[in-house]
Amino acid sequence: MTRGSRVWMLFALAMGWLFLLLWPLLGIHPDGALTFAEAFAVWWKIALAALCCFVVFRLSRLGVFDAVTRPLARLTRGVGRVYSSSPKWMFLVPLMAFALAYPFFTDRYAQDVAVNVLVYICLGLGLNVVVGLCGLLDLGYIAFYGVGAYTYALLSLHYGLSFWLCLPICAAFAAVAGCLIGYPTLRMRGDYLAIVTLGFGEIVRIVINNWMTLTNGPNGILGIPPPSLVVPVISDGGLVLETVVMRQLSYMYYIILALAVFTVVAVRRLNFSRIGRAWEAIREDETAAELMGVNTFRFKLLAYAMGAVFGGLAGAFFAARMRFVSPESFTFIESAMVLAMVVLGGLGSIPGVILGALALVALPEVFRQFELYRMLVFGGVMAVMMLVRPEGLWPAARMGKRSDDEG
Amino acid sequence: MDYFLQQMINGLTLGGVYALVALGYTMVYGIIQLINFAHGEIFAAGGYLGVIFLSFLTANGFMETHPGLGVGLSLVLSMGYCAMLAMAVEKVAYKPLRQSSRLSVLLSALGMSIFLQNGLMLTQGVYDKAYPTEFTHGGFDFGAIRVSYMQIGILAVTALLLVALNTLVFKTRMGKAMRATAQDKVMSALVGISANKVISMTFAIGACLAAAAGIMVGLYYGSVRYDMGFVPGIKAFAAAVLGGIGNITGAMVGGLIIGMVEIMAAAYLPMGGQYKDVFAFVILIAVLYFMPTGIMGENVDDTRV
Repeated sequence: MTRGSRVWMLFALAMGWLFLLLWPLLGIHPDGALTFAEAFAVWWKIALAALCCFVVFRLSRLGVFDAVTRPLARLTRGVGRVYSSSPKWMFLVPLMAFALAYPFFTDRYAQDVAVNVLVYICLGLGLNVVVGLCGLLDLGYIAFYGVGAYTYALLSLHYGLSFWLCLPICAAFAAVAGCLIGYPTLRMRGDYLAIVTLGFGEIVRIVINNWMTLTNGPNGILGIPPPSLVVPVISDGGLVLETVVMRQLSYMYYIILALAVFTVVAVRRLNFSRIGRAWEAIREDETAAELMGVNTFRFKLLAYAMGAVFGGLAGAFFAARMRFVSPESFTFIESAMVLAMVVLGGLGSIPGVILGALALVALPEVFRQFELYRMLVFGGVMAVMMLVRPEGLWPAARMGKRSDDEG
Repeated sequence: MDYFLQQMINGLTLGGVYALVALGYTMVYGIIQLINFAHGEIFAAGGYLGVIFLSFLTANGFMETHPGLGVGLSLVLSMGYCAMLAMAVEKVAYKPLRQSSRLSVLLSALGMSIFLQNGLMLTQGVYDKAYPTEFTHGGFDFGAIRVSYMQIGILAVTALLLVALNTLVFKTRMGKAMRATAQDKVMSALVGISANKVISMTFAIGACLAAAAGIMVGLYYGSVRYDMGFVPGIKAFAAAVLGGIGNITGAMVGGLIIGMVEIMAAAYLPMGGQYKDVFAFVILIAVLYFMPTGIMGENVDDTRV
């Protein structure tokens, strides 16, 4: 048998296998009837799509598309060279101008999406500190987001504290939570760490869900006050201080934009400081880092705390914007989503994480009419991305391979 | 005392189910060092297939005449289905990533888990699906303790499967090949063991056990849900880690401990019922803090963990 026909036979086998998997789910009915039409109707669409992908894949292997891909690759390389050789402000200034002017030429829906993207950028960058810089796989990151959100919700409702005062308090609470989670897990590595952080995330969610007297359980907390600002206004009597309640979405947009910019700057400063180097050393080889005099205990704890701070800030904003929090918002799937952003974008790379957040939050909005299939496609894309581009969309410049990846 | 014994039996039942799921995690981890997140979804798929086959048999009147055979048939069919599903998942999402970093495979597994969960939701709907459970009523009374037929069935099937797995792993050539591959992939390849075949087999066996657990949980609680795989999945993984991951006996012991702790906490602690899901993780964290490689884990140097 030639190699070519063998490949096609395997493809046919895979499609037959798929039908065998699909049929019991769609073709056996509880009333005792057996049908084939429904399973077939789904199957042939998948089979056709798979066939198209497979043909394109085979043709590109044979080099049919070289005429297109070669110049394209040259183009991206050229763009990359121009980007890296010109000063950064040339790109940052127009970008910032665009971000600042954004609410003036967009409608409510577009602003809503933008606010979502910015929240996830904060979360992604926070997780990036833990996973991307320090190499600690955290599957319960959303817990800090929850801690921040509930801290603001409770403090503002019960004690009437303002949003701005609550921001640092939320960050501090989240950092404390980060240390609490970090401390017992410091001796663990790799997969053990992953499962324990996952467990911590679940513990936080279950506690929020069940502590009725404090958090109102699954019903959530309603009526969280929006942020307000005291601004001097010139009225007929002279200069008067006036309280503006920032209820409008465009105000919220600017708040989260400021938080996101703060996060980007902070993570960047951390990354290129001594602390960032220590984290990267721990990521690349923990034992070697320790031998070189890095206090791995302290730096790992610090990574957890720092990562949690950004999660807490984003959480406080989330509570203020939704004016409602419930445990529903802090499930494992959210953690997976944030982790997927970090890894899709590129571990340890700030522009990468921003790109990842854009790709995972803004792109699905375009395909709103396929709402039902959204998570299905999300899962599929996550698996496929790992196959085709495991290093992410915009890989970090300095990145090695963890020494315990071998074997 | 009676109450305690009753809870003991409940804990044993639940622990047995966790042990079955945990075995799938531990075997896959032992061979390719991967947390197979999709395993919880295989467990859910097993539960669903159980509903589908049982409803089909009930509608055709088969269950009235041969209830035992009907359940057995559904069990076997669902196990076979899940074995096929797990092998497909392995081929599509894990095999191409053998050489890549840990994190990529982990994320691929996470993606697969989300994919399967939503696939189940799309094909089966978002609502609970009820098991036809007319045949599960009744049980034995020992004094004040009541053991339902259901519990006896679950305990019997669990014990049977655990014995079968032990025989397979420690007495057959296939099991020897699996143990060899887990220990040293290169050496076992040199002596002519096909790693791919062994890995496929491992996934299939683990999925069979998970499917059986899925059906039994479905029968026990009377219904299944598309997202039922996640929480038992991570608890079972916690059980595998607790027992020392990669260790088959450890997974069984870990599963029993987690099941027991959960039931006992729900029975005896104040508010235990509401917080029962927390105890699995609390005990996991506590054990790992003092024994970083689990109860029966090998005493390896930190760097390998």
